[in-house]
Amino acid sequence: MTIIATNICCTRGARQVLQDVSFSLSAKECLILRGPNGVGKSTLLRVLAGLSKPASGALELDHDDVAYSGHLDAVKFQLTVAENLSFWAGVYGTDTVAAVIDRFGLGQIVDRHAANLSAGQKRRLGLARLTLSNRKIWLMDEPTTSLDAEHTQLIAKSISEHCGQGGIAVLSSHLDLDIPTAKTLDLVRFVPTKQNDTSMFLEGSY
Amino acid sequence: MLALFVRDLKLAFRSGGGFGLALAFFLIVVMFVPFGVGSDLALLARIAPGILWIGALLACLLSLDRIFQLDFEDGTLDVLATSPLPLSGITAAKAAAHWITTGLPLTIAAVPLGYLLNLSELAYPWLIASLAIGTPALSFIGAFGAAVTVGVKRGGLLLSLLVLPLYIPTLIFGAVTVTKSADGLNPLPSLILLAGLTMFSVAIMPLASALALKANLKG
Repeated sequence: MTIIATNICCTRGARQVLQDVSFSLSAKECLILRGPNGVGKSTLLRVLAGLSKPASGALELDHDDVAYSGHLDAVKFQLTVAENLSFWAGVYGTDTVAAVIDRFGLGQIVDRHAANLSAGQKRRLGLARLTLSNRKIWLMDEPTTSLDAEHTQLIAKSISEHCGQGGIAVLSSHLDLDIPTAKTLDLVRFVPTKQNDTSMFLEGSY
Repeated sequence: MLALFVRDLKLAFRSGGGFGLALAFFLIVVMFVPFGVGSDLALLARIAPGILWIGALLACLLSLDRIFQLDFEDGTLDVLATSPLPLSGITAAKAAAHWITTGLPLTIAAVPLGYLLNLSELAYPWLIASLAIGTPALSFIGAFGAAVTVGVKRGGLLLSLLVLPLYIPTLIFGAVTVTKSADGLNPLPSLILLAGLTMFSVAIMPLASALALKANLKG
């Protein structure tokens, strides 16, 4: 199981954001994407997840191995924590809800409606889905947003363990996460070389 | 897929769900007709099939934008699209859940409302049959419209403009089935055509919705 990206270019809306990004990852490796806001980290993660296509370049990756976690937690407010997790367990066809609740420290709040959770608790519930999915490749967009130091540690540990068991993780983060095996990819801002790349009617159309 | 279907049902019945909305709208529209039209029983009986079908159709339209919009806004749709479920399965499960929470209650509520409009007693079995057979088409065509407009802020108007023309055949055959049975004519041919429309929608619309969703998620 590998991810091989060769000269990937991405667009967001009608604008190009990334130019010639290449990397390769094999089992047990973790890649942290770094770069200023707007450089295209989320866009790259969406491309890896198969949610959008790269404008050019080749991507070797089995989308059936991917579990994706975006900016939003994909948590349903009207359902309880346990109901949210068992829904995703049903979608991914796994049955490790109890173990995951334990692991992410959700035991205290398991019967609470997600509407009454704090931002950090919702984040943990969202990330618990990755463990629940039992998939090999984790793609995480800013997983540590609104988490406290203790739970940031917990997430870093989960990612290390996941990689230790032969998984792959790609994440974007502005924090220094304690993941010993992690590689870092610094994304640089794409500067258009020629003017008027896009038609003025398409410019800013999103 | 079953998990998604069950979750959608659960959400519809929880607070903020859309379950009561369509039903209440249907009751209000149909109950207002005798007030507006007057108490001419013969006239009411004649327009009852059309009113009941138009009321059910508009009530159905009311809750369509919830099918995908809520899941889109909280990120669930992105995760579902990367999950093992095929997109067409996702749209089919959601359309089916929409029918259970709108089409089915509307079908049942149509019976007392028919009485309110002095609907001919010959027509009741056909009213139930036509709504039960026809409303799944409304949910599946509606899911397609919702998939096309997902991500459009306040896309309700666009959704209506897109979906209403596609509803016309269902409306015609549904209402004709009931009218014919009330007149003592054979309503079976139009009911069969209605069933054909529903089968076509149930077979084609999930695939079309899946394509529309795929195009929209790339934004």
